[in-house]
Amino acid sequence: MKLSKADVEHVAHLARLNFTDEEKDTFTSQLNEILMYMDILNKVDTSGVEPMTHATSLNNALRDDVRKESLGTERALENAPEEAGDCFKVPRVIE
Amino acid sequence: MKLNQLTIHELQTLLREGKTTAVAIAEAVFSRIDAVEGRVNAYITTAKDEALAMAEQADRSIGEGALKELTGIPVGIKDNMCITGMKTTCGSRILENFVSPYDAEVVKKLRDAGAVFTGKTNLDEFAMGSSTETSWFDIARNPWDLDRVPGGSSGGSAAAVATDECIAALGSDTGGSIRQPAAHCGVVGMKPTYGRVSRYGLVAFASSLDQIGPLTKDVEDCAIMMNVIAGYDEKESTSVPAEVPDYRSFLSRDIEGWTIGIPKEYFVQGIDPQVSSAIDGVISDLEKLGATCREISIPHTEYCVAIYYIIAPSEASSNLARYDGVRYGFRSPQKEDLLDMYKASRSAGFGAEVKRRIMIGTYALSAGYYDAYYKKASQVRRLLRNDFDRAFETCDVILTPTTPTPAFKIGEKADDPLQMYLSDIFTLSTNLAGVPGIAVPCGYTDTGLPLSVQFMAGHFQEGKLIQVASAYENNASMEKRRPEL
Repeated sequence: MKLSKADVEHVAHLARLNFTDEEKDTFTSQLNEILMYMDILNKVDTSGVEPMTHATSLNNALRDDVRKESLGTERALENAPEEAGDCFKVPRVIE
Repeated sequence: MKLNQLTIHELQTLLREGKTTAVAIAEAVFSRIDAVEGRVNAYITTAKDEALAMAEQADRSIGEGALKELTGIPVGIKDNMCITGMKTTCGSRILENFVSPYDAEVVKKLRDAGAVFTGKTNLDEFAMGSSTETSWFDIARNPWDLDRVPGGSSGGSAAAVATDECIAALGSDTGGSIRQPAAHCGVVGMKPTYGRVSRYGLVAFASSLDQIGPLTKDVEDCAIMMNVIAGYDEKESTSVPAEVPDYRSFLSRDIEGWTIGIPKEYFVQGIDPQVSSAIDGVISDLEKLGATCREISIPHTEYCVAIYYIIAPSEASSNLARYDGVRYGFRSPQKEDLLDMYKASRSAGFGAEVKRRIMIGTYALSAGYYDAYYKKASQVRRLLRNDFDRAFETCDVILTPTTPTPAFKIGEKADDPLQMYLSDIFTLSTNLAGVPGIAVPCGYTDTGLPLSVQFMAGHFQEGKLIQVASAYENNASMEKRRPEL
């Protein structure tokens, strides 16, 4: 086993997800099965191979630093679950 | 033939000659939607009123003599691309009520070309799946056999084109999500080169792999759609400023003297015998057209599924971090504090497959595991890409089956994620290498399910794909059928 139930709980916290006990058991076994399959990659000698992070050879895409039209506060807030004035409202963070 | 059964180019001729109107076409499409949508479920949102208004506008511009590439053509848009004022749900509860404040670049281009939007098509949640079974809004069904999946994740777009519930559609393809459903529904689907089509306004899944492309009734329509959507966009940092050819100009060229590579690694265990024999038929048709088909090797093929299912979930776990119930989307009413609110919103808002991929990706990127998974996968990905570069030094295009089997039964793979992942085995490699691919119908099984051949070409060689696919389509020995509903 690559992954214990405690590992699943730790990763779930990092991913900001809650799971029931039953879900944790299912995920532990499914994730282990999937990760075992990934071991096939260890058959490949990759020493000195540069990782490929993108499919094109583009470098940074830059444009001139000039002001352009943007969405605007009103439209940006249209889908907000809760808002207050010009802001997104969230549960209290600082006591 | 009813208007909604025609292709883009056939309708363009009728419109140009004044033999029909955009409103009549839109009405034909919506009457078909009313008749079959209850069984197929190709759409999450239909937009009849908006479509009829766009069609009236199209008729006015035709009256003024301004017939553009897609004037009056009803097009379905996969529900992970934004149309201003319409919902973009991504097939997820977490975006169930999200209304797009702007147009995706592809939507803007279609709009500028005169297209009429029929609505938003069904998909696997966040485009993660191969069957459209993971949609929060009920599953889409295969029009050729309603007990089977239409494929995924663009299953709704493929089913809508196959049933004439639109004339053409847009999909997105991260590991086969245009080509695999196109194969299962008997339509043409193209994944362009990475960087060819702007993804501005496409909800991100795996950013180094995602690409938008068309699903159409034939190859000519594919070329027409590509002419409209391809091109550089300064709003998209991976968009490539390369010249876009007129894809229609590749339609009537022959393939005399072409070399077509058949990678031996794609013809191993697990292929349905009816798929193999249909592919043999394609090879023999292409040879009659003067092409030479010869065996080639893509040595790292066996690693594609493992590379993909590390890279795609890793990038997804990062992209989907934005759904936290703060700025848009579902927010759980259960919220003791901010952390609770994040967790409760995400846990109730995402479905099981999305959570599974977020978990795989978060694990693969977490401290201590990055080198073993993401880095290792990215290195093998480089080797795979080198395989393709070498292959295209010796052949014009590569030919493979699009899928190892015809459409599978609903529920057949739903509980076995690894088996589901393996159904994408022939389509993943093009996304990993960044090259374009096209799926073209090439026959039927003895029970009447569609079969499909895939062609791949080098970077930015979509024209070659149109050329070979059109040459095949025009000369193929297969008959054309329609699903009976």
